[in-house]
Amino acid sequence: MTINAAQKERVIKLVLTFCAFSSLLFLLLIFMFILIEGLPLFFKVGVKNIIFGFKWAPTKGSFGIFPMIVSSFLVTVGALIIGAPLGLSCATYLSEYAGKKRRLFLKPALELLAGIPSVVYGFLGVVYIVPIIRDNLGGSGFSLLSTSLVLSIMILPTIISISYDSLTSVPQGYREGSLAMGATTWQTVYRVVIPSAKSGILASFVLGMGRAIGETMAVIMVAGNALRIPTGLLDPLRTLTSNIALELAYASGDHRRALFSAGVVLLVIIMALNYIANFVMKRKIAK
Amino acid sequence: MQRMPLLVLCIFATLFLACADRSSTDTVNGKQVINIAGSTSVMPFTEKLAEYFMLEKANFIVNVQAGGSTAGIQASMNHTVEIGMSSRELKPEEKSLHEIIICYDSIAIAVHPTNPIRYLQMSQVRGIFSGKIRNWKELGWLDRKIDAVTREEGSGTRGAFEELVMKKDEIDEGIMVQDSNGSVKEVLATDPYAMGYLSTGTVDRKVKAVAVDNVAPTVENVKLKKYKIVRPFLYLTMGETSKSVNDFISFVLSRDGQNILKKEGLITVHDN
Amino acid sequence: MRLNPRFIDRLVKIILNAQAYFTVGILVVIVFIIFFKGIADLNLEFLFYYPEDMGRHGGIFPAIVGTLFLVVLSILLATPLGIGTAIFLTEYTKESRLTRIIRFGVESLAGIPSIIYGLFGFIFFVNKLHMGWSLLAGALTLTIMILPTIIRTSEEAIKSVPRNLRLVSYSLSATRWETTTKVVLPAAAPGILTGIMLSIGRAVGETAAVIFTMGSSLRLPTSLMDSGRTMAVHFYILAREGISMEMAYSTALVLVLSILAVNILAYYFMNKVMKRYS
Repeated sequence: MTINAAQKERVIKLVLTFCAFSSLLFLLLIFMFILIEGLPLFFKVGVKNIIFGFKWAPTKGSFGIFPMIVSSFLVTVGALIIGAPLGLSCATYLSEYAGKKRRLFLKPALELLAGIPSVVYGFLGVVYIVPIIRDNLGGSGFSLLSTSLVLSIMILPTIISISYDSLTSVPQGYREGSLAMGATTWQTVYRVVIPSAKSGILASFVLGMGRAIGETMAVIMVAGNALRIPTGLLDPLRTLTSNIALELAYASGDHRRALFSAGVVLLVIIMALNYIANFVMKRKIAK
Repeated sequence: MQRMPLLVLCIFATLFLACADRSSTDTVNGKQVINIAGSTSVMPFTEKLAEYFMLEKANFIVNVQAGGSTAGIQASMNHTVEIGMSSRELKPEEKSLHEIIICYDSIAIAVHPTNPIRYLQMSQVRGIFSGKIRNWKELGWLDRKIDAVTREEGSGTRGAFEELVMKKDEIDEGIMVQDSNGSVKEVLATDPYAMGYLSTGTVDRKVKAVAVDNVAPTVENVKLKKYKIVRPFLYLTMGETSKSVNDFISFVLSRDGQNILKKEGLITVHDN
Repeated sequence: MRLNPRFIDRLVKIILNAQAYFTVGILVVIVFIIFFKGIADLNLEFLFYYPEDMGRHGGIFPAIVGTLFLVVLSILLATPLGIGTAIFLTEYTKESRLTRIIRFGVESLAGIPSIIYGLFGFIFFVNKLHMGWSLLAGALTLTIMILPTIIRTSEEAIKSVPRNLRLVSYSLSATRWETTTKVVLPAAAPGILTGIMLSIGRAVGETAAVIFTMGSSLRLPTSLMDSGRTMAVHFYILAREGISMEMAYSTALVLVLSILAVNILAYYFMNKVMKRYS
């Protein structure tokens, strides 16, 4: 055992460096393969025809994914409309109003919501939310509304936990100063704390958006998967993600490549959202 | 922590050994393995056949996967599986495969059990799925939108439906899509205002099949060629097939195998 | 008309309180529904028998085994890689462009949605590397998916080990590696374990990435190259195809209970960390 200790350290450092670079390697691999499969069709058929095309009939040569891009955004906005206020309220309550005991019980409970698998959310959506919409509001129940509802619950944990972190990192001094001037708790929260935590809260919304746009299984179960842009809350729709999952196993040739092209678009959108969120958060730290 | 490199070594060794197993093509633990993939319409019946086959011949393992007719065709073409399943006819460029018709199946137009409509004209079905007929009141029922459901592109059932029913008309884009017979049936079974098409073999108490042009999709009517929306279930193989594959296919085509299919509501090859 | 600010304050507190409990209520309702509808068919037979008639009857034993194999294998692969990366970033380098690039890679991986992992795993492991739908393809895909979580939590855990411990170790002329493995890692263990538990929870519930890499065969997977189902995949298929509501609920129950158990373990470890350093 006369291996030089310094040599051993060098080998270990090499192994660890390799470990660290593996993440980059995987990222590269993922991008590479998705692009290799997805880019060619953009050149063959034209970027405009794919991203702005209205007709998706891949076995017949039409690869328009515009309705699906729009639908993805619609469900995301819908999910945010419901989830953002609710999530922010919960986070605010936890951070500014709840006592220590309540916080200790509520916070883990809210985070457990994140642990429930998306397929379970989708299932419960089909069994409970879809019939309620169908019987009370009309349509088949498989709709923009049901998808937004299910997604809003799914993004709640993200919004709550990041907003909470943001709110709690506002210096206590701010609150004390405001209260010392005679403001009520709510006035303090509304005029001082939330504005100070603005970037983190916004970041949580953006990350919630990313989560909603990327969700697949739950959406397939409740959205109806129709190819047209929904004209109303009760119309069925298909998102980029569901399209990929629905047809991947059956697709070959250009059809499969088109799904990868959709994957490229999805990847670009989500990466953009993630970087926006990170950028917004970093601005806050720089402050 | 000193043991970490050893652990990593063990992992790689296991991986290597496990991968080595694959090179001996179709045996695992001494049992013959047959991989079958493809049409979701054919799959449940292949599963049933496989169950019986494996009861009789304990040294066989039959793996059945879904994926859709097109996937099954592709998979058998590049030897990913030994048998591909398809519920549609092969296209010209797929003809290099060896086709074996294992049975016939009809496509039923179905609705929720409480739906009073029992008869439809072919032209009405075409109108509904092309988006021209949108409301149940146009068919004599209440004033409510028709929640039509179709299969996804690439589905053998959809291909057959388009060829035999839609003909030149295209299926409307605003119609809901589900990706298997089972999921179509689920929608029909839970939404009173839904209508869809699915493999007759899948129809049970949860849904109700309507008669098209006054012909119900019964086995009799198919045998008498009265019900027209019929397609073959195909097993596809590429090139030379091993003895195990031939054994399974012989079983499927035998009296016993065909009886199993008959019990499930399919039309056997002998009768057509 | 100006409302009394104190009145508004009390009103707001009630509204926010209500919303928080409403949200928790959603969780409670979900768990209750699954519990009460699923417990009916949950028995030893369900857990240890094979599925019959496409899952209409019988049990979900192959799915449980499939989940176990898949998750264990993914954790075995991801943990050394993840901890190694965390050690590298914290103990072996200073903050520099290099570390920023690596962190960029990790954060990016974390943001990729599961369907893209499914796409990648399908085209790379299943097709290009000819693994077919298999445990191996699934595990490799899941490994990359859970890697960022393990890296992040391990890094946090290692960073929060007090400097003093390291200094004492070095002053006793231990090497960096010895310090790391004998002092820092054991101290950071609870935090690292939290990350592992969270990753397990994520892997157990994952569907999109698994269904396109491991497939959906009903057979019991006995080798790395076998296809199989995880509980999440089995549940998804049962639910979508309307095969059996009862079986679906029971599968969901086992699924949710496993994830809850793992998450509770994660909290247990996290509390140990808090206690140690507060």
